[in-house]
Amino acid sequence: MTDTPVLSVRNLVVEIPTRRGILRPVDNVSYDIHAGEILGVVGESGAGKSMTGNAVIGLLDRPARITSGEILLSGQPIHNLKGEALRRLRGKKMGMIFQDPLTSLNPLLTVGDQLTETILEHLGVSQQQARERAIAALEEVGIPAARSRIDSYPHEFSGGMRQRVVIALALCAEPDLVIADEPTTALDVSVQAQIVALLKRLCRERGVAVMLVTHDMGVIAEAADRVAVMYAGRLAELGPVREVLTAARHPYTSGLMASTPLASQGHERLRQIPGAMPRLGNLPDGCAFHPRCDYAQDRCRRDPGPTLETCDGRAACWFPLGAERKQEVGA
Amino acid sequence: MLAYIIRRVFQSVLVLLVVGLVAFSMFSFVGDPVDNMLGQERTQADVERLRDQLGLDQPFVVQYWRFLEQAAQGNFGLSYRQGRPVAEILMERLPATLELAFVSGLLALVGGIALGIFTAIRRRGVSANVIMTASLIGVSLPTFLIGILLIYVFSVELGWLPSFGRGEVTRIGGWTTGFLTESGLKALILPAITLGLYQMTLIMRLVRTEMLEVLRMDYIRFARARGLREKSINFRHALKNTLVPVITITGLQLGSIIAFAIITETVFQWPGVGLLFINAIQFVDIPVMAAYLMMISVMFVGINLIVDMLYFAIDPRLRVDRTAGGH
Amino acid sequence: MAEIQPEIRPSRLTRAWDSDLAWSFRHAPVAVVSAIVVLVLIAGALLAPLIAPHDPFNPATLNLMNGFTPPGQANQFTGDLFLLGTDDQGRDVFSTILYGMRISLFVGFSAVFLAMVLGVILGLLAGYLGGWTETIIMRIADVQLTFPAILVAMLIFGIAKGITPPAYRDQMAIWVLILAIGLSDWVQFARVVRGATLVEKNREYVQAAKLIGRSPFAIMLRHILPNVLNPVLVIATISLALAIIAEATLSFLGVGAPPTKPSLGTLIRIGQEFMFSGEWWILFFPAATLLALALSINLLGDWLRDALNPRLR
Repeated sequence: MTDTPVLSVRNLVVEIPTRRGILRPVDNVSYDIHAGEILGVVGESGAGKSMTGNAVIGLLDRPARITSGEILLSGQPIHNLKGEALRRLRGKKMGMIFQDPLTSLNPLLTVGDQLTETILEHLGVSQQQARERAIAALEEVGIPAARSRIDSYPHEFSGGMRQRVVIALALCAEPDLVIADEPTTALDVSVQAQIVALLKRLCRERGVAVMLVTHDMGVIAEAADRVAVMYAGRLAELGPVREVLTAARHPYTSGLMASTPLASQGHERLRQIPGAMPRLGNLPDGCAFHPRCDYAQDRCRRDPGPTLETCDGRAACWFPLGAERKQEVGA
Repeated sequence: MLAYIIRRVFQSVLVLLVVGLVAFSMFSFVGDPVDNMLGQERTQADVERLRDQLGLDQPFVVQYWRFLEQAAQGNFGLSYRQGRPVAEILMERLPATLELAFVSGLLALVGGIALGIFTAIRRRGVSANVIMTASLIGVSLPTFLIGILLIYVFSVELGWLPSFGRGEVTRIGGWTTGFLTESGLKALILPAITLGLYQMTLIMRLVRTEMLEVLRMDYIRFARARGLREKSINFRHALKNTLVPVITITGLQLGSIIAFAIITETVFQWPGVGLLFINAIQFVDIPVMAAYLMMISVMFVGINLIVDMLYFAIDPRLRVDRTAGGH
Repeated sequence: MAEIQPEIRPSRLTRAWDSDLAWSFRHAPVAVVSAIVVLVLIAGALLAPLIAPHDPFNPATLNLMNGFTPPGQANQFTGDLFLLGTDDQGRDVFSTILYGMRISLFVGFSAVFLAMVLGVILGLLAGYLGGWTETIIMRIADVQLTFPAILVAMLIFGIAKGITPPAYRDQMAIWVLILAIGLSDWVQFARVVRGATLVEKNREYVQAAKLIGRSPFAIMLRHILPNVLNPVLVIATISLALAIIAEATLSFLGVGAPPTKPSLGTLIRIGQEFMFSGEWWILFFPAATLLALALSINLLGDWLRDALNPRLR
């Protein structure tokens, strides 16, 4: 992985000015995603995971805006692009998959219409070629009898099939990066696994970089190569999925794992993290997690929030879990 | 779909029956029709004969049924005031109203949709905001004041256009038209603007609201995330979805133009059915009031039905769903 | 609705000033200006007997010689001065406007009140009781909604006029107007209240009230009604502007307030006759007043709707 990452986010800050002060839904977040890699971004709702994805593709809703940091797409800065320049990148270089397949397809246009218009927009092909590509795209995401179903309207597909169509749409102009924002949340459990498997397959086959935003630890465990845990707008932990899941260093990640039923964990009792994530306008001093943390000490309450850089590079915590053990090993 | 249409037709008939009941009640209970029709010099025999003739001694339901039968044939009796058959008077006046309504409706529809789209797309632009503010004045401005204002500017001060009447009309069969003469066209301009302006503002605000609503939808975000051009997003994706709800309300708006024509026709002394209706109210000319009510109901119900059919044409979801209960 | 607040509760006034609604009001200059205009006009109407320089409906104080005095100029025969001029009969236009506004506002407020009471009651009944009650009420609403309110109002006016003996027609005209406009406008209230009631009905607190045996009437009044007041308030504001315009329109058409008790609409009807002969003020000032009144109420209603529904911003 020495090549340039497809997506590189550096110290990204997103702010929302409100009458009660400036909120920071994304605060100093940095990560890379390489070709053929799936980065899972996980956290509670309001942790800033979707906002990060929207910032990357340039679809922040007013008045939210990027106030500092960089977003590099294949090494090129894109965080200050606007209008037409940004539009050309969307679809072509980066695609996005939304949460609810029921609402992300235009009900009045056929699936084929929506596919071909996207293909025609970004790839210099003829109408006929675009249609063939659209059929191929539908076949690739596993829609049976794609050739006959291409002229159907979205409501004629089931929920899972619609999400496949959405994925086909996001990928039809062959982007290098796909941001999947809670792609399985609105689906039946039985369909979720299929969609995750599909995303994984497309990522491997095409070498696409995928940013998989979800609150579902199960999906992360299933699909992601690396995982970024977000809490109150900041990165809490970032590392390879195996390590983070089996040996979490941030107490929040650990709590999150303990509260998620995962097959790999056996029959331990589920535990809840006490309290709730603070609202953005009302963050505590020090580490944002300290009021809910079992291990909080004076420094956590006092010193400004820890970051990955100021700590051990994996968890934004002054006293990462398992550190004692490391010390013992080192001694 | 067929079941849906049948249900709608059934509902329409129900509306007409209710309106018919209102019209019939007016005949029966507002003043004594015998009194109204016979005048001062009458004998008891006249009264009895007329009662019998009108079937006033029959049970209520029978009378109502007879009334409906007569109404369906366009027979509403004689105008108390003019002494001529109401149907004849209405038919004479109808072309003037329909021509006025047609031109105003066209103006309102084209102008309203265009301005609505513009103000929705350029939501934060200066010109869109100016138009929105102006439209609020337009909504607050009663139709009759718009008419007076136009008369003052273009007739009194500038002297360009006539302030009343229909100008010269041409007779084609049973129809009189003002479209074919210069004075007829000139006379049409001010009333048409007066009548259309208010509807135009309403349609514009409606289109804008709906379009803004649609522009917030996920599929618009998704279209944007796929890098489609703004033009395609606005006109291909958003507009079509905007028009589905707009069509219903706009259709009803156009229907109400015929009713609002009452005001415009009074301001401009336009010789249509609206002016006739107002005069009928002033002189309590019940047959004319009842006939006007029935006529306008048939028009409204007809427009409603057409609007419902249009729904199917534009929304593929309804073509398939058997139970078309809105979306 | 009261939330338990651990902190010391500030006074009612401070809380009202601090509320989001008040905040958005202070930051909406259009709303502030509109509110001032509305208040000034209402004050003028209420205080008409005190501030009007003349009593335009007392023939004893009228001088036909004062007819057609232009605004701000002394009359050429009598030397009297009139702020906004006089009409053909020598009535002071300023005074007729103040008294006209009284009638316009009285009819407007009363009609909206009637529509609101009727609509809220029928909406609550339809939403809470359901079944046949709901079907009948909402069917009537649907039928009525097929027709523009102004047409319904005209029709009711026409019928009422037909029932009223000719001698009482002028006297009753104001009440008939209120009835006509009020009855033409209840549907909106009923629809919104019914919708909100359907939602509230299934909330836990209503279920709880049912379980402890509260009567349906008490539940509707004490529990559901307070929760549907916001939308009702917005509709009432917008309806007020519409009712005032409707009244003016009917009176202008000659099927409303009679010349003996003129509203703004009647004054405009009278003034229109003098438009062609150059006495513009007889028409202009009542028209401008009506416009100012309707526009500021509309602007207030617009602001209120946006302020209570943050999603629209």
